[in-house]
Amino acid sequence: MADRSVKILVVDDFATMRKVVRNLLKQGGYDDIVEAEDGAMAFKTLKSQKIDVVVSDWNMPNMSGLELLKAVRADAELAKTPFLMVTAEALQDNVVAAVKAGVNNYIVKPFTAEVLNEKIKKLVEGLDK
Amino acid sequence: MNVKFINPFLEGTISVLKTMAFVEPRAGKPYLKVDSAAKGDVSGIIGLTGSAAGSLALSFSEGAILKIVSNMLGEDIKSINSDIKDAVGEITNMISGVARKNLEAEGFYIQAAIPTVVAGKGHSITHVMGGPSLIIPFDIDEGTFVVDVCLAE
Repeated sequence: MADRSVKILVVDDFATMRKVVRNLLKQGGYDDIVEAEDGAMAFKTLKSQKIDVVVSDWNMPNMSGLELLKAVRADAELAKTPFLMVTAEALQDNVVAAVKAGVNNYIVKPFTAEVLNEKIKKLVEGLDK
Repeated sequence: MNVKFINPFLEGTISVLKTMAFVEPRAGKPYLKVDSAAKGDVSGIIGLTGSAAGSLALSFSEGAILKIVSNMLGEDIKSINSDIKDAVGEITNMISGVARKNLEAEGFYIQAAIPTVVAGKGHSITHVMGGPSLIIPFDIDEGTFVVDVCLAE
């Protein structure tokens, strides 16, 4: 069973995808979930409340997932926040760009609840280290 | 139209719908479409650029998309609402992603724009490149849908 005190920020411009990710995370025992519809809104959320793990899409208007990741890593207060990219962008160059920007893990859509929650579990385990 | 373009989109469609919506679509025989009429009640379209350019459209019948999105969200959706339109955009995006990854293995490096969605009986799909597009028809028990690819090297 997951640690229920873990707060996860789900970032995606598609409301249905946020709902899908939320449902899948609930299957893994994660109930404390907040949502943002683009990178800019996500960054504001990160600055205003304690978020343990970010689960972000890549392609979004206003601020993409990659831009959000770079902003998080450049912010002294947020820099160590675990960041999982969940995206349809599977091209090798995209994965390399995300790794260079400091992503902790990367999931290519489509994905199952098992894959998502396994990656989240590993990030959560690293929170106390 | 290069025949190498067929399988990446066919496989992408089956993979996305099987994994995210727990349905196993049956593919029919691909054919060339010459007019711009969509074959469904709601469509998603996404522009593609790079070493091959054009667009990908998915057109779903109402019965097919209600089943697919109901399964994705774990809710019983009874009409084409904002959730359905939103999901069609995301499904189009995901299928484009898997197909582009598969095409990368064939030497094509293709990027995608943000998808748009059109709903309503008798709407039309106009591809960026013009000209005929390739239709891959699919069906599930609740209805039909097509994958409509217009891509040129």
